[in-house]
Amino acid sequence: MTFHSMLFERPEDAVDESALQLPDFFTDLNLDQIVDAVTAGREEYGLRPFFLASLKSVDAIKYRHEIMQELENVSLRNAIQSFARLMRAMRRYRALSDKIHYKYVKQGWFLNAVEAYCEAASRLARDLAALDPKSRGLSSFLEYLKKYAESNDFTSLVSETKKVRADLSTAKYCLLIRGNQFSVRKYEGEAEYSAEVEKTFEKFKQGAVKDYRIEIPEYLDVNHLEEAALEFVARLYPEVFQGLDNFCAKYANFLDKTIADFDREIQFYVASLDLAAQLRATGLHFCYPKVSDKSKEVNSQEGFDLALAIKLMREKSSVVTNDFFLKGDERIFVVNGPNQGGKTTFARAFGQMHYLASLGCPVPGREAQLYLFDRIFTHFEREENISDLRSKLEDDLVRIHSILDKCTPNTIIIVNELFSSSALPDAVFLGKKVLERIIRLDSLCVYVTFLDELSTLEKTVSALSTVRPDNPEVCTFKIVRRPADGLAYAQAIANKYQLSYQRIKERIQS
Amino acid sequence: MKVFLMHRDRSFDMERKLPPNEQAVTQDLELGVLLNAMARDDKFLLEVTKKALLSSLVDLDQILYRQSTLKDCLKNARVVRDIYKVAEETTASEKGIWGWYNPYNSTDQVLGRSVKVLQLCVGKLKELRGIVDQHAGEFESEGFRALFVMLKEELYDEYLTGVQALLGGLESSDGTLIRAELGQGNRGTKYALCKQPEKKQGRMARVFGTGEPRFTYSLDINDNTGTEMLSKLRDRGINDVANTLAQSSAHVLAFFTSLRVELAFYVACLNLQELLARKAEPTCFPVPVGRGKRAQSFEGLYDACLSLKLEQRVVANDLNAENKDLVVITGANRGGKSTFLRSIGLAQLMMQCGAFVPAKSFTSDLSEGVFTHFKREEDTAMKSGKLDEELKRMSDIVDHLSADCTVLFNESFAATNEREGSEISRQIVGALLEKRVKVFFVTHQYEFAHSLYEKKMANAVFLRAERKAGGERTFKVVQGEPLETSYGEDLYDHIFLGAAPSPASAAPVTTR
Repeated sequence: MTFHSMLFERPEDAVDESALQLPDFFTDLNLDQIVDAVTAGREEYGLRPFFLASLKSVDAIKYRHEIMQELENVSLRNAIQSFARLMRAMRRYRALSDKIHYKYVKQGWFLNAVEAYCEAASRLARDLAALDPKSRGLSSFLEYLKKYAESNDFTSLVSETKKVRADLSTAKYCLLIRGNQFSVRKYEGEAEYSAEVEKTFEKFKQGAVKDYRIEIPEYLDVNHLEEAALEFVARLYPEVFQGLDNFCAKYANFLDKTIADFDREIQFYVASLDLAAQLRATGLHFCYPKVSDKSKEVNSQEGFDLALAIKLMREKSSVVTNDFFLKGDERIFVVNGPNQGGKTTFARAFGQMHYLASLGCPVPGREAQLYLFDRIFTHFEREENISDLRSKLEDDLVRIHSILDKCTPNTIIIVNELFSSSALPDAVFLGKKVLERIIRLDSLCVYVTFLDELSTLEKTVSALSTVRPDNPEVCTFKIVRRPADGLAYAQAIANKYQLSYQRIKERIQS
Repeated sequence: MKVFLMHRDRSFDMERKLPPNEQAVTQDLELGVLLNAMARDDKFLLEVTKKALLSSLVDLDQILYRQSTLKDCLKNARVVRDIYKVAEETTASEKGIWGWYNPYNSTDQVLGRSVKVLQLCVGKLKELRGIVDQHAGEFESEGFRALFVMLKEELYDEYLTGVQALLGGLESSDGTLIRAELGQGNRGTKYALCKQPEKKQGRMARVFGTGEPRFTYSLDINDNTGTEMLSKLRDRGINDVANTLAQSSAHVLAFFTSLRVELAFYVACLNLQELLARKAEPTCFPVPVGRGKRAQSFEGLYDACLSLKLEQRVVANDLNAENKDLVVITGANRGGKSTFLRSIGLAQLMMQCGAFVPAKSFTSDLSEGVFTHFKREEDTAMKSGKLDEELKRMSDIVDHLSADCTVLFNESFAATNEREGSEISRQIVGALLEKRVKVFFVTHQYEFAHSLYEKKMANAVFLRAERKAGGERTFKVVQGEPLETSYGEDLYDHIFLGAAPSPASAAPVTTR
C-alpha cells in the first residue's frame, strides 16, 4: 500500500482543511481550551484543523491509535523530536536566506538549511529503520522514506552539500586591524594567545568559574565592513565560492513534499502525547478507548474534564476523577444534586472523551469504552441576548427543538440546565417532553438538571453530585472522657511527637 | 595547586551545609563567645572557624592531621601569620583594581583588568616563594611540608618570569591580529587573537605575512557605522582571550582565597591560644579514641567560653567516664551543672575540629554528632506550650540521631509535673541508650535521676554539684548519688537576704 498521510490511511478520508469550521459544541465542552493547550508552542505547524474534524470510521480511529500507541515509545519519540528540531532549524535558515540580500551570506544560510534537511531526513531514515515500527502509518511511511533516502537525488544532494561545506571550511583567513583599516589574508598557522594563557595558568585551575565573555550582539543584517571582508575572502578562495554558487542554483527546490507533510502531521500525535504526559505526571491516567459505532454501552474509569485538569495543573492543584457506565438499554445520565458539585464538569468530561476518541487521541481515564457518534449537540445556558426579542424560555425551546430535529440515534446530546428560568411545573413538563423525545431517538445523552422528577424515566440512570465525607485526618476536637491516670497527658503528647520508648527505638537508624 | 591544610586530600568546603543541630548547639554552648574570641572581629575568620567547629570530623586520622598542622602553627606563629597576610592582602588588593567585571564592559577592559590582576598575583606569588625559601625548614607537619614542596615546584623562577613576559606581550599594542573562519551563513566565526610574527622579519613582513595576496580596506573618515563595526570585530577577536585571562585570574585568586581559607582556622586557634595563655588557663591536645568505644576522661576541664567572659580563671573539673554511656548530673541550683555540661560539649567539638581543648588532659571517643537539648527561656513567638516545644525539639533531634551520637540534656522535660516529666525522660533516655547514643543529663528531677540510680547500671555514672556543709558552693561537680533536697533554699537566702555576691557568672576563682 502506498503511503498517503500520517493522519488518514486512505486519500478519501482526508478533509479539506480550508472548509473546516469550529463545531458548535466546541466552546460548551471547553474543547477550545483543550485545543489551545495541545497546540501551544507549535503554532508554526498549524495543527488546529487536525483537531476540528471527527473521524467517521472505527478503522480510521484505529489507524491513528496504532501510530499514537507506537509513539508512546520513548526512543521513537526521541527520533521524531530530533527530526522535528532539525526541520525547524532548516526552516529558520531558509527564512534567513530568503531575507538577506548579500549574496555570499544568502548562499551561506541556504547551505545551512540544506545541511539541516539532509541531516533530518537521513537520521530519521536510520532511526526509524532501527526501531522497525509496526503501525500501518509509520511502517508505510518508512517504506517511502527508505526509497527516498536511497534515491539518486537525495544521495547526491547529501554528498554535494558535504563537499561544499568541506571546501568552505578550508577558507581560513586573518584580519589585521590597525587604526582605521583592516587587511585580509590567508591564515598561516599563527599561534593563538588563548591556548598559551590557558596552559600557563593551568596549575591554578579549580573547578568551574564564571564566563567573562562579553555579549557581542549578532546582527542578522550584514554590514558593509563584513561584506568587504567576505568579498576579500572570496577573492582569496575563488574556486570555493564558485562551487557554492553552482550548488545553490542546482538545488533550489531541495525539500520533498511528503517529508515536509510528515513533519507537520506527526506533530498531531506528539502534541497530544506531550499534553497527556504532563497530566500523567500529576497522577492522572490516559487510555486508548475501545470505540464502537454499534454498541451504545459505554464506560470509563477515572475519567476527568481535561480542560479543567489543564487549568488546575497550572494552578498546581488536581482534578477529581469520575467513573461512569451505561449498559443494556441505558442511554441517558440524568445528573442531579447540589450546585458547585461537579455536575457540569461531568457532562463536559463525557462529551470531551467522546470527541477526543473520535479524533483518535488518548482519552482521560484508566480505561474506557466509547461510542463513535455521527454528531454531538450541546445545549448549555447562554448569556441572555437582549437584542433578541425571544424570551429565555422561548429561546431554550427553539434551540432544543432545532437540535432534536437534527438528531439521529447515533447522536450524542449534552443538555445543561434546560428551562431553568421557567416556573417549576413548566420546567418539569417541558423537561419530560424533551427527555421522552431523546428516549425515543435512542441517543446517548447527559442531561444535567435541578429537577429530581426527571431521573426516574426509562433508559435513564440517575447520577448525583455528593458532598465529601469528613476528612478523617483532621482532628475532630471532640472531648472524650477517660479515667485520669496522671500520665495520660504527657504520654499522649510524647506519642504525638513520636517520642515513646518504642517509637524512638524504631526511628533511630542502627 | 591545592592547599590541603585542613584535610589531607581535599580542600575545606566553605559551601558545605552546617549540620541540622547547628543553631541549637551554637546557642546552648554559647559558641558565639568562643568564635568571637578566635576571630577577633574578623568576619572571614569567624565564618571559617564556625564552619570548622561545627562540621565535626569523625575520623581519627583527619583529627590527628589537623592537630599536627596546628602544632606547627603554634611553633611558627609569626611565619604562619605572615603567609596568611599575603593571602589576605592579595584578595583585598584585587578588589581595589579598577574596573570590576560587568557585562557592559568592553573586551579591552576585561583584558586590561585581568592582566593587572594577574600582575598583582605574580608579585604576591613571588613574595610567597620568598617566605617559603626562608622558612620551609622550620616546619614539620605533613600538611605544611606538602604545601611548601608544591609551592617550590610550581612557582619556579622561570615560570614566574615566563608569566610576566606573557602578560607584557598582551599589553603591547601593535595592531590586532585575528584569525577567523567561515561559519553559519558564511559569516566569520572562531575569531581568535593571534601572536604576531617575530620582529626580525621586519615591519612590512609582520603586517602582510610572507608575500601571499592580501587586501586592505580603509574606512572613510566619516564612516561612523564602519568604525563601530570594526571595533565590534576587534571585540570578537579579543573576547576569547580576554575571557581566558579573566578566568585565569579568577583561578589564581581562588588559590589565594583557598590559602586564606585553609589558614584561617589555624590563625583563629593562634588567637585563642594567646588569650588563654595570657590568663594562664591550660590547654592541651586531646587524645581522640576511635568511634564505638566509651573512653571519656579528663583533668582540669573548664568552660572556655565562661573563662573568656571573666577576668579570673574559672573552676575546672575532672571525670573518669570510661565505659560509660550515661552521665547524670544532679545537685544544687546554680552549682555549676550547666557550666560543666557546656564544657563537655565544647571540648568535644573542639577536639573534633582538630583544635586543642581547654583542659590539662582530655580523652574522649569520637561522637557522630553532638546534640543539645537545653531548657529554653519562655519563647513568646512559640505558639505551642512549653512541654510541646521541648518535645518538638526532641523529635527534631531524634530525626538526626544514630549510634555514637551524643546528646546533652539540660533540665529537659521539666515543664510538667515531676511524675510526667520523669516518665518522659525515662522513656527517651532508655531508648537512646539502647541505640548506643551517649547521654549527658543535667536534671533536678529526683524521681527520674533516682530511678536510674536504682538500676545500678554499669554504664552510668552519677555526678553532683558539690556543696559544702553550710551551703557554700564550690561550683565543682563530683561523683555522688542524686539527693532529694534541692538547694533552692540557699539561693533564696542569697537573693532575698543578700547573703553573698555570687550569681552564677561571677563564679569564684578555681580552688584547684
